Amino acid sequence: MSVFAFYLFAISAITGGLFTVISRQPVHSVLWLILAFISSAGLFVLLGAEFVAMLLVIVYVGAVAVLFLFVVMMLDVDFAALKAEMAQYMPLALLIGLVILMQFVMAYGSWESAHGAAEQLAQPIPTDRHNTEALGLIIYDQYFLLFQLSGLILLVAMIGAITLTLRHRKDVKRQDVMLQMSRDPAKAMELKDIKPGQGL
Amino acid sequence: MAEFFNTPGGIAVLILAQVLAVVAFVMISLLFLVYGDRKIWAAVQMRRGPNVVGVFGLLQSVADALKYVVKEVVIPAGADRTVFIMAPLTSFVLAMVAWAVIPFNDGWVLSDINVAILYVFAVSSLEVYGVIMGGWASNSKYPFLGALRSAAQMISYEVSIGLIIVGVIISTGSMNFGDIVRAQDGNLGLLNWYWIPHFPMVFLFFISCLAETNRPPFDLPEAESELVAGYQVEYSATPFLLFMAGEYIAIFLMCALTSLLFFGGWLSPIPGLPDGVLWMIGKMAFFFFLFAMVKAITPRYRYDQLMRLGWKVFLPFSLFWVVFVSFAAKFDWFWGIFARWTVGG
Repeated sequence: MSVFAFYLFAISAITGGLFTVISRQPVHSVLWLILAFISSAGLFVLLGAEFVAMLLVIVYVGAVAVLFLFVVMMLDVDFAALKAEMAQYMPLALLIGLVILMQFVMAYGSWESAHGAAEQLAQPIPTDRHNTEALGLIIYDQYFLLFQLSGLILLVAMIGAITLTLRHRKDVKRQDVMLQMSRDPAKAMELKDIKPGQGL
Repeated sequence: MAEFFNTPGGIAVLILAQVLAVVAFVMISLLFLVYGDRKIWAAVQMRRGPNVVGVFGLLQSVADALKYVVKEVVIPAGADRTVFIMAPLTSFVLAMVAWAVIPFNDGWVLSDINVAILYVFAVSSLEVYGVIMGGWASNSKYPFLGALRSAAQMISYEVSIGLIIVGVIISTGSMNFGDIVRAQDGNLGLLNWYWIPHFPMVFLFFISCLAETNRPPFDLPEAESELVAGYQVEYSATPFLLFMAGEYIAIFLMCALTSLLFFGGWLSPIPGLPDGVLWMIGKMAFFFFLFAMVKAITPRYRYDQLMRLGWKVFLPFSLFWVVFVSFAAKFDWFWGIFARWTVGG
């Protein structure tokens, strides 16, 4: 059963990845990418890492891919022209790809896994502890400082992005909610007693 | 017969039967939820509401559903056909899928997984895709604007829903719905439930659910005065029915979540009365009544107000609440009502 599930998820992940690259319509690319994300979440569940799987769906599919989709939907790019331009860089791209492939082959050829790593891989999923709990213990106990540090890096990146893009425009009408809420009939209206036939 | 249910085929039959039972429950309640929504809305406006089909109009939703199904499906000429058809399916299927982990009674759950609450959160964060895909694929301006609004709105309120859920998880020490409900058990009935320690969060959660499910007063994605009907403009017949059904099922799911997280799920509010599935269904119906009342009595928000509420009010407050609950649970403040680890998971 789980073998069947594995092949299902693996095939759909690969299909998703492939069509992300080759589909002509960028929005379709993002949708295929989402399929790839969800399939890999399924693979994580099969590995017994359901917490990581759920986080993958929440963070990548629920937030990151939505932003991708958001941006891609609003872009108005002539993709045919872009594709034609891309074709002239094809030889260079092939060369770089070939070099990277060679490097991978060379690195994998002389790969030596750490002592006992193979046994670790084949170990069954421990049943005495939920993996959420295990992950929490590792992150907040053993790698506490590193975890905090990565959070700090993210914070710095966020502040950087905000300061780079933040600009105060004077010519935009801003809504001040406190001002709007504090309006009452006495401030907003003026009652006048107009005599008939005279006007204001 | 009992032996048959231990074989792989028998287990498959059992699971299929359970799935069908849950789907049947949700679909039948959907029919009466739509009817109830319209009746409550009508009563507030001193109208009669649907009262022609069946006794008191009870079969109105059946008639409406049939009407949608037999109508012609119109696909706009410039639309992206595949995505256009996929959008309502996504929205409906995702709304149904989340029910797999919702318990209706102690142990009455399709899949009793450890990360149940994260699963529901993940699935509800995916529901935005139905709306975005529908809005984009229609190749039309109003649906697209509706989709953009909806995407921004649902993501914003997911953040605060997530933080509120974190508070409950900290109190329970588990992400399993069964554990969360069992942690609220005690001999004081409804005074044991999480709505007392997590009091302000109940309101925040309820309001965030309204925004997350695009219900009034936050139904800006389909604001008919500005966007005609938002992402649903180009949809007709069965695809529209699927969109609407998905929306109502998501609302009903939020009712179930509210009762599980803060109001003790299947637990009886009065000590001495037996717990059971009827309490759960009663609570869900009550929260749906509140959803319907909010729709009837509140005017629509402005979009910038909605965003301000989500990011500048709810997010800081729920973040503060997570920190507060962590301290209260760790140091046993308030007679330990925040730490229910011994009772729960």
